[in-house]
Amino acid sequence: MRKRIFKLYTNYEKEEVWLNQMAASGWNCISYCFGRYEFEKGTPGEYTYRIQLLDYAPTHPNSAEYLALLEDAGIELFASHIRWVYLRKKTSGGSFELFSDRGSRITHYKRIITMLLPLALVNFVFGVGLLENGRIIRSFNLAAALILAVPIFSYYRRMNDLEKDSQILE
Amino acid sequence: MAAEEQGALTEAVYYILLALHEPKHGYAIMQDVQELTKDRLILGPGTLYGALSTLADKGWIKACTEDQSSRRKEYLITDLGRSVFRTELERLEELLTHGKLIVGSENS
Repeated sequence: MRKRIFKLYTNYEKEEVWLNQMAASGWNCISYCFGRYEFEKGTPGEYTYRIQLLDYAPTHPNSAEYLALLEDAGIELFASHIRWVYLRKKTSGGSFELFSDRGSRITHYKRIITMLLPLALVNFVFGVGLLENGRIIRSFNLAAALILAVPIFSYYRRMNDLEKDSQILE
Repeated sequence: MAAEEQGALTEAVYYILLALHEPKHGYAIMQDVQELTKDRLILGPGTLYGALSTLADKGWIKACTEDQSSRRKEYLITDLGRSVFRTELERLEELLTHGKLIVGSENS
């Protein structure tokens, strides 16, 4: 049995929580494309889901080594969106965390913020009308800037907390 | 790199360098470290991959796979890496000595 759900997430961590909640209730995500998630009925708690932003798109040769490592570790890449990859691993194969220390978690947040911040700024510049454009388009830009600002702020706070800890902890 | 400039290694880097005293590919490093630490340290693939590229850039390890087209590269510690590791061992020994000296080594 399969079902499709349309949903838009701007915060990947909330998206990850949702995919894991679905999996815990027996709905395993098997594909994702522009807000369209496809789920397959399975055993509850069979999979753990993780989402990651890579340095390069998964089709890029520079990603090949990392994808091979994921494959070796029993991690399945079931969907991707530009540089984002959607991953899952059977819970029977042990715990599934992509990062095991603060430094690498901070690097991941930085990578995401570096990607989102310019987008938010460009939309903000257009949105406040610093450039000649219509009022309707301006409000769309302003809305986009706000929508992007929310997750950026959330990632920034998490990164800051990790950096505070890394001043006293390894 | 001068010894006095060398900071403490992260735990992940310490165990990766240790594991790479013999040639290994990424997943073998993960397994090795997990086994050695009895499941205490399970390296995340994101953490491991990031560390491997940084260590290779620094010249502390090098890829030693003959087949360059292979997706699974084997790595090995370099002479520079060995000297960094030895310096870290000495630093850790000093930490341990000082700790035991003042707090003692009672197993309470």
